[in-house]
Amino acid sequence: MTGMHDREAPRNDPSPLLQSARRVWGLVYRHLALYRRSPPRLIELMYWPVLQMIVWGFITAYLAGVQNNLGSVAAGVLLGGVLLWEGALRSQMGFSVSFLEEIWSRNLGHIFVSPLRPGELVAGLATMALLRTLIGVIPAMLLAWFLYSFNIFALGPLMVAFFAALIIMGWAVALGVTSLILRYGAGAETLAWSVLFGITPFAAVFYPVSILPSWLQPVALALPASHIFEGMRAALTHGEVAWGHLGAAYLLDAVWIAAMGWVFMNQFQAARVKGALLNIGE
Amino acid sequence: MSHALIVDNLVKTYVAGRPPAVDGLSFAMPRGATYGLLGGNGAGKTTTIAMLLGLLVPSSGRITALGHDMEKDRFAALARMNFSSPYIALPHRLSVSENLRVYAHLYNVRQAEARIAELARDLQLEELLDRPAGELSAGQKTRVALAKALINRPELLLLDEPTASLDPDTGDWVRSWLERYRAQTGCAILLASHNMGEVERLCDHVLMLKQGRVVDEGSPGDLVERFGRGDLEEVFLDIARGTRAEAAQ
Repeated sequence: MTGMHDREAPRNDPSPLLQSARRVWGLVYRHLALYRRSPPRLIELMYWPVLQMIVWGFITAYLAGVQNNLGSVAAGVLLGGVLLWEGALRSQMGFSVSFLEEIWSRNLGHIFVSPLRPGELVAGLATMALLRTLIGVIPAMLLAWFLYSFNIFALGPLMVAFFAALIIMGWAVALGVTSLILRYGAGAETLAWSVLFGITPFAAVFYPVSILPSWLQPVALALPASHIFEGMRAALTHGEVAWGHLGAAYLLDAVWIAAMGWVFMNQFQAARVKGALLNIGE
Repeated sequence: MSHALIVDNLVKTYVAGRPPAVDGLSFAMPRGATYGLLGGNGAGKTTTIAMLLGLLVPSSGRITALGHDMEKDRFAALARMNFSSPYIALPHRLSVSENLRVYAHLYNVRQAEARIAELARDLQLEELLDRPAGELSAGQKTRVALAKALINRPELLLLDEPTASLDPDTGDWVRSWLERYRAQTGCAILLASHNMGEVERLCDHVLMLKQGRVVDEGSPGDLVERFGRGDLEEVFLDIARGTRAEAAQ
């Protein structure tokens, strides 16, 4: 039988940073093992981005046929918008759904009584969100290139920077959603799928901020996404690098992450006070 | 004496103005001891265990686990303790070995694969390692949950009804295993259970809870003798039904 008599020999423990990284990896490993054993979950990750790309690809092909010059520009702007916005959507959903997976499997109690810190939980969920986003969006990007000869990354590192900024925005929104789940339990889980769709009209995904009513424009400009899509359109239509929009996107991302991180940590502590962690699945 | 757990005047009130779920609980559990937490439904056992694990913040009072203040330094304590409950599942789709690997990482267990193999041998899980946790029987799940709870060689183990829903043979196997484990490792065990026979067999000391308070405590033998009853179940019924005074006379 295992016991103290066969405890490991005294040794130098790994640094706190390595220990922390290993705990984060433990959470990531748990989700990777789940996807390895659940092909439908894996297919679902790719299903919507690919479907979106097919539908929007045909729409842009139709527009290009109706009016050649305008259609070509619209094709780039629409397909670019679809692909980048899918990045934000998948990032937010990836984070929130990974948290929900722990609730659905009734495993959250074990996670919360382990030495995993809340910040490490967030890091693990963010890592899973990134992996889920790449698994979901890369096939759609390949499809856009194969079917419609549209390569979003032809613009180079700028698009990678925009894409990364959207993923960070997805994390920030997901932190807010997860906070609501901590506050209201799994009853708030529909937000995991719907909340970013609600932001779409104000995020300048398919049209510029200037189209919105003037009173709504400050709201749009407070979203990192609006700056990203304005920057993407400037790059695609005029070949300009919109450094201002890129900088604003990352600055707003930092503000959003800090604000939502603060909300999450407060909600986590409030859940510990109220006892919400004991019945979060209800 | 060195203590695994010191609980000092613990109080938990969920809603202001309502009676507290736990009301002034104090006890000190020595290292290597097995304590039982007994009480009817709503007596405060789950709330107490949740506070001991850091899942719930006490309204007042203090918990010191393995020398660590649970409010200020709970993660240092959690790394040296563990918990098992049939009411908290392990991910069903993951295999037994994958589940154990996850917790080996979360608890920073060195030589994780060797530790998993060791536990699999001890708890007769070798044939189950590749099977999804959701496909196991209740007895097998209990053994896997125990393996998870022992993955980090805990010095303090909290068990919530460890043999609930098990057949008598499997329940007996688990109890025997826990007895041997404690004898060999010196691990302190806090056990919440409704199975009085189990508590009599495993526990050195029993805390009887009612409405969040300790209404009596002592070794199972002492309690039975003091109440003039045949076994701990009759003592439990006396306390739960408020017939303690007559029984004690």
